[in-house]
Amino acid sequence: MEATTNQSQKQNSTDAKKAAPKPCLSGRGITKVFGVGKVQTVAVDHVDFDFNEGEIISIVGESGSGKTTLSKMLLGLISVTEGEIEYQGKPRDISSASKKKEYWKNIQPIFQDPFSSYNMFYKIDAVLDDCLNMRGFKHLPEEQKIQMKTEACSFVNLKYAELTNKYPFELSGGQMQRLMIARIFLLKPKILMADEPTSMIDACSRATILDMLLKLRDEINMTIIFITHDIGLAYYISDKVYIMEHGKFVESGTAEDVIINPKADYTKRLISDVPKIYEKWDLDTVAN
Amino acid sequence: MKNTIKQIFHSGKFLFGFVIFLFILLMCIIYPIFVTADPLQMIGQGNFFKPGTYVSVEESTLEKSYTLQLPKQFSKLDAVLDVDTRAKIQEFLIKQAGVAESEIDVTDAEGLVSLWQANYDPNTKYSGLTSAKRKALKRLDSDIKAAMKDSGVIVAEKNEEGELEQSKVIKDTDYININDVTKKTFILGTDNFGRDVLTELVAATKSSLKIGLLAGLIATAIGLLLGLLAGYVGGLVDNIIIFITNLFTVIPSFVILILISYSVGDKARGIIMVGVIIGLTSWPWTTRSVRSQVISLRNRDHVNLSKLSGHSMFRIIFTDILPYIASYVVMAMILQISSGILAEAQLSMIGLGPATTETATLGLMMQWAMQYSAHLNGSWWAYFPVVILIALISFSLNLMNTGMDQVFNPQLRD
Repeated sequence: MEATTNQSQKQNSTDAKKAAPKPCLSGRGITKVFGVGKVQTVAVDHVDFDFNEGEIISIVGESGSGKTTLSKMLLGLISVTEGEIEYQGKPRDISSASKKKEYWKNIQPIFQDPFSSYNMFYKIDAVLDDCLNMRGFKHLPEEQKIQMKTEACSFVNLKYAELTNKYPFELSGGQMQRLMIARIFLLKPKILMADEPTSMIDACSRATILDMLLKLRDEINMTIIFITHDIGLAYYISDKVYIMEHGKFVESGTAEDVIINPKADYTKRLISDVPKIYEKWDLDTVAN
Repeated sequence: MKNTIKQIFHSGKFLFGFVIFLFILLMCIIYPIFVTADPLQMIGQGNFFKPGTYVSVEESTLEKSYTLQLPKQFSKLDAVLDVDTRAKIQEFLIKQAGVAESEIDVTDAEGLVSLWQANYDPNTKYSGLTSAKRKALKRLDSDIKAAMKDSGVIVAEKNEEGELEQSKVIKDTDYININDVTKKTFILGTDNFGRDVLTELVAATKSSLKIGLLAGLIATAIGLLLGLLAGYVGGLVDNIIIFITNLFTVIPSFVILILISYSVGDKARGIIMVGVIIGLTSWPWTTRSVRSQVISLRNRDHVNLSKLSGHSMFRIIFTDILPYIASYVVMAMILQISSGILAEAQLSMIGLGPATTETATLGLMMQWAMQYSAHLNGSWWAYFPVVILIALISFSLNLMNTGMDQVFNPQLRD
């Protein structure tokens, strides 16, 4: 029931956007090769994609299929071996530090592992202050800064008063992950690159946070790129789904097309591997 | 930070090493406060005076003397009758005079002398002896006779006419109070130049520690800088730096050290110069290990997050990378200090250390002790304390390093 209403909602919203799909991030023949010679590993193999503004895109694939490598290339953290990334219709230019900084104002990540995402030598306030500085709020009065931080934390069910003056290792994994998401509420980037953003969060908070992210999307027309193994989540929230296997996109399209009528064998397998309540778990595909 | 320091001091190994090092450090600080003499002053006119207290002979003879009826600690007879002489007397008594062996007790000097006087006649020509031996026996007899005269030592002074005039007779029961005369104690004796070894040792430890610290700081600074740059920037910068580092690693740094030391010249080699030279040749392994640590750190998410927060390269290096390797760098520096001290000792041993006339270092003390064969003539005080001190310094530093390693790397704890 819920799924269908959501679907229709989503249908409406995508219909509205479809009127003028503005390409936000697109790539042609993106390839990343690690190593040289015999130890060469092709992590991402000539992938093409078009992410439009305001869309929610899911990239689904098993571990080691190159999802995180692709996200790091899109973030500009690692170089692209081959291919070209276009940002807002123009070739992406991050050749200098200032251009990178400008680019990073528009694209921000939520990392997979919250435990390694913080500098353990600095209090978490530093992370949030960095976000404010990045948006040019460095010289705002202190009260206003605190108010903004408190607000951002409340979006993700965190109390800023409890967190301030604490070190990252004093937080639980879930709190760290939520704080990472709170950054996004402070930064309000154009593109969000969320790598398994809710893996550490309990089901209850997960729904709330996803809801908040979707609201933020509606508010500032943010493009959200979800990277996940959870094909159920992908179906629930995304407009477009890309299925990745061994560095290649084996299937792509709208969520309904890909998940209700999968064409590629790999997609079928991924879908059948999801355990469902009240149904016997079909493990036949695993044997293959 | 506070917690880390607390944790470090909980490590027994670190604490033990730290206490030893602190003791050495305190010795270097406190000793010069009490002994202000120049450590390079050549007091003794001669090589390797034994450890002990030296009293003024002139004052001892002139000072008021006390008569003490003590068992003779020093007698002229004992001075004459050493072990070899006693054996000679015994041999003579048995072979030439026909005294039974059971009657002779070599440990009893008086009995031996009375037997000698009863049996030896300087005018008899004993057969079965070479003339050299006969003459030796005659000399021994006159020595014994001289020693048996209980006349004491006569102190004579020249009078106005230039003739000797007896002014005092010193008997063997005469004693003086040691506090009445000028004296000088050399706890560790003197070295080949007649310098007080203990004072010199303290000064040498101080300058060796200075050299080690300077060398360690320079080596760590260069190694850290290059390692951070190579590791974080990567690419061409990494290739160039690692090429230079490999070049220095392949050529034994001690050879470079010798060549630089030699070309700098004897005059210019002071403490600072030697420290700088050692520091400039020992940075490669710090560079290599810092680089590998940085490479593993630079792809961590917290560094990525910092990048994405718009921080500059230098800020990322100083706030996101340096704190993570700080403990490692401190440990590497301790090892560099320790090896700097050893490198100075090695350099000085082959005569390429600091100039001897200007400063004392542990290496130089070893070098001079060896040059003057202290190890062959039994002058242990000239080199043994130095060896012990070098060993203690590097032992304590390495122990501190191991202790810290166990704190920072819990996998190593047993």
